[in-house]
Amino acid sequence: MDSGSTDPTRSVVLDAGDIGRAIRRIAHEIVERNKGAADLILLGIPTRGVFLANRVAAAIAQIDGDGVAVGALDITLYRDDLRLRPARPLESTAIPAGGIDDKVVVLVDDVLFSGRTVRAALDALNDIGRPRGVQLAALVDRGHRQLPIRADFVGKNLPTALAEQVRVRLIELDDIDEVTIEGGAG
Amino acid sequence: MRHLLSAGDLDLPEACLILDTAAQLASVTDRSVKKLPTLRGRTVVNLFFEDSTRTRISFEIAAKRLSADVINFAAKGSSVSKGESLKDTALTLEAMGADAVVIRHSASGAPHRLATAGWIQGSVVNAGDGTHEHPTQALLDAFTLRHHLRAGTGDLAGLRVAIVGDILHSRVARSNVLLLRTLGAQVTVIAPPTLLPYGVNDWPCAVSYDLDDVLPHADAVMMLRVQTERMQAAYFPSVNEYSRRYGLDMRRLNLLPPTAIVLHPGPMNRGMEISADVADSSRAVMVEQVANGVSIRMAVLYLLLGGMADEDRRDQ
Amino acid sequence: MTNKSTVLRGVRPYGADPVDIIVRAGVIAEIVKAGTGSGQVVEADDLIALPGFVDLHTHLREPGREDAETIDTGSRAAALGGFTAVFAMANTSPVADTAGVVEQVWHLGQATGLVDVYPVGAVTVGLGGEQLAELGAMATSPAQVRVFSDDGKCVHDAAIMRRALEYVKAFDGVIAQHAQEPRLTVDAQMNEGLLSGQLGLTGWPGVAEESIVARDVLLAEHVDSRLHVCHVSTAGSVEVIRWAKSRGIKVTAEVTPHHLLLTEDLVATYDPVYKVNPPLRTSADIAALRAALADGTIDAIATDHAPHPHEDKDCEWAAAAFGMLGLQTAFSIAMLTMVNSGLLDWHTLADRLSVRPARIGHANGHGQDLLVGAPANIAVVDPSASWVVEPATFASKSRNSPYAGMTLPGRVVHVLKAGKASVLGGDLTC
Repeated sequence: MDSGSTDPTRSVVLDAGDIGRAIRRIAHEIVERNKGAADLILLGIPTRGVFLANRVAAAIAQIDGDGVAVGALDITLYRDDLRLRPARPLESTAIPAGGIDDKVVVLVDDVLFSGRTVRAALDALNDIGRPRGVQLAALVDRGHRQLPIRADFVGKNLPTALAEQVRVRLIELDDIDEVTIEGGAG
Repeated sequence: MRHLLSAGDLDLPEACLILDTAAQLASVTDRSVKKLPTLRGRTVVNLFFEDSTRTRISFEIAAKRLSADVINFAAKGSSVSKGESLKDTALTLEAMGADAVVIRHSASGAPHRLATAGWIQGSVVNAGDGTHEHPTQALLDAFTLRHHLRAGTGDLAGLRVAIVGDILHSRVARSNVLLLRTLGAQVTVIAPPTLLPYGVNDWPCAVSYDLDDVLPHADAVMMLRVQTERMQAAYFPSVNEYSRRYGLDMRRLNLLPPTAIVLHPGPMNRGMEISADVADSSRAVMVEQVANGVSIRMAVLYLLLGGMADEDRRDQ
Repeated sequence: MTNKSTVLRGVRPYGADPVDIIVRAGVIAEIVKAGTGSGQVVEADDLIALPGFVDLHTHLREPGREDAETIDTGSRAAALGGFTAVFAMANTSPVADTAGVVEQVWHLGQATGLVDVYPVGAVTVGLGGEQLAELGAMATSPAQVRVFSDDGKCVHDAAIMRRALEYVKAFDGVIAQHAQEPRLTVDAQMNEGLLSGQLGLTGWPGVAEESIVARDVLLAEHVDSRLHVCHVSTAGSVEVIRWAKSRGIKVTAEVTPHHLLLTEDLVATYDPVYKVNPPLRTSADIAALRAALADGTIDAIATDHAPHPHEDKDCEWAAAAFGMLGLQTAFSIAMLTMVNSGLLDWHTLADRLSVRPARIGHANGHGQDLLVGAPANIAVVDPSASWVVEPATFASKSRNSPYAGMTLPGRVVHVLKAGKASVLGGDLTC
């Protein structure tokens, strides 16, 4: 499956240490921007966004002892490209008890690219409740936005060509923490 | 998945995918906005040649929660005694651009014909055909069993399910035997020999004539509706005798293990196959079955219509 | 014209060595060394000559359902299938239960002239099963009816069946019974077995046929009359008939081509082209039917040719009509199932397709050995040919063939009926 190791164009842009530092920095910025962790809810976007949200939440708990509510928000049913592929299996949605009304929701995703996933997430949030505010955290922002969306917290800005693939691998799923760029013109 | 015609067509991963999808969709029912945009612009036709308000409404709510346009086409009462009306109706629906047809029909195999005769392009969902199958009922029953007895995940390996009543004429029983078997459950069908199909001993389930024998070893018991007109056709001597031998009353409920649950596809004949106190007891999960039916039908419609259309898939 | 000779050149009677068969004045005039006969030559090199086939069981639908078939179109289909005589069942509208109706069918058949159409008379008025039809009037009419049947329905009342068997003795008639116990087959849709239970289609148990066959052979024995069992479909019926014949009971029986080949498994498609009565059975039944036809327990292959308009088959199973086309595929199915399997040779196949059915129905002039002096009712077939079944090309008005798309062996090439060619080179002559 993973042909990356033999791909000559493959390069590691973030290793495990980089990812850990990025997550801690994002955690600090979230706490600083929101003046603490009260009323915060981190919602990871499946699949890897959920693991990242959990890591950010753990990092926030080290900064602000009260910790932060964390959950998952599957956006499959709100995608605008459903008809381009066979029906996809749904991922889990888990909204922390108490809901999102009047809370500040921080959406957490691995890669920010076209912005369509975030657009779908905003639609999904709209049907679940009325948060006081919504912020966006992404481990990598690779540019090429197709919608007027920007991240509030970014682990790394990564200029890429459209043809290149950014792959995030996380220990929880992939046995390694790393971000790579693959493919492209070579 | 192009159509849902028979529970027997589902393999274990497909069956689990439907149940898992339904589990995710179930949360929509608890939200203030009970609607998803997923099937916006898609048209679902409920084509009911037989009265079944409950099933039709369940499919209708499911389709509407996914934002599909729903057309209810009740063909009963119109000139359906002649067979060509199924074809003519299908051609009409095709001309109207139906993406899916949910069909209930008194003739076994009518959904197969609709799906394979070349009359329509869209997906066909069997909402009960004659004495053949009712796959979404089996799926919602499996969902209910999984929720209560398997913590809402995985298959039903080892679960012991008793299905009691008019197996011969029951599409619910046929679909459940097939699906529960696929999910790994051990099914026993219980009925007087007159209400068991010829060849039932070769079905993938155990067979018993004695309800009291089976109940102490059942994790769930599913009571089927028995129609009193079967009595006129000499399938059993009297309502009283049937009820005494095969009805679920409090005495028999107490034979069940303490965690076992009671299902019924509805509508119930209280006092016939199930006593009123059992129907109203905490062990009975009929109300949940109805709610789960909406989630299952949402899942089926999403998996059939939520991706690219079949003809586009072929083009790729 | 009657003095003109037609020569079937190089033809092999029953597959034997090639000869020239010279036909004159409606009979086989001479059989001479191949290549030596003179007259109008019909090339038949390497083709096999058999006595023209006789079908004891067809539905020509006229009068009443001319949208499905007529005596004319049915005769054409029959001729193309190698038949020179067919028995037209009585379940028309009006029912063939009076001398008037059978006379009309007889005359329409004669007017077409491609095959001899023998009307079957109804046993009971309107096929109602309650009052005997005027069997004697039909027997003495110009149609000279000898076969009586309520086919499509069973003469289920034992007393009526007994009286019918007795009554036809006066003119050596035969009662052809559609053996189906009605109470055991209410709403029946397919063979009762594991599959019917799975498909949710009401079962038609073999015992519903076997119990009537058993009753009827005992009645036939008791009143010493002739019984013919239509479309035997189960191994159990075969056993009963074998037993009855061993006792000397005057019972004959037929089997359809489809019951020699097709099994109930086809019903799983829910395609009504496979809906037929009696229903398709199991492979064990097929084996028993083939063996019975081979050993003569079953006397004849009869098509039960049952044309239906498209709309009666292009629908859901329960709403569809029972029946399949058979005339234009019967020979190929018989060859496939009985000759290619080694169960029958050409002589014995001719016996089951021609000789015995003609004898059972008193189709005089048909079913005679290919000998000098015999009426020239001859089917010439090509055993090495194969063809793809395309119902759209059939002469029948209907298209409900279960063999559509199948490649079948053997082809009917020429047919002579009373010395006159009805089919030449696989095409009708008129």
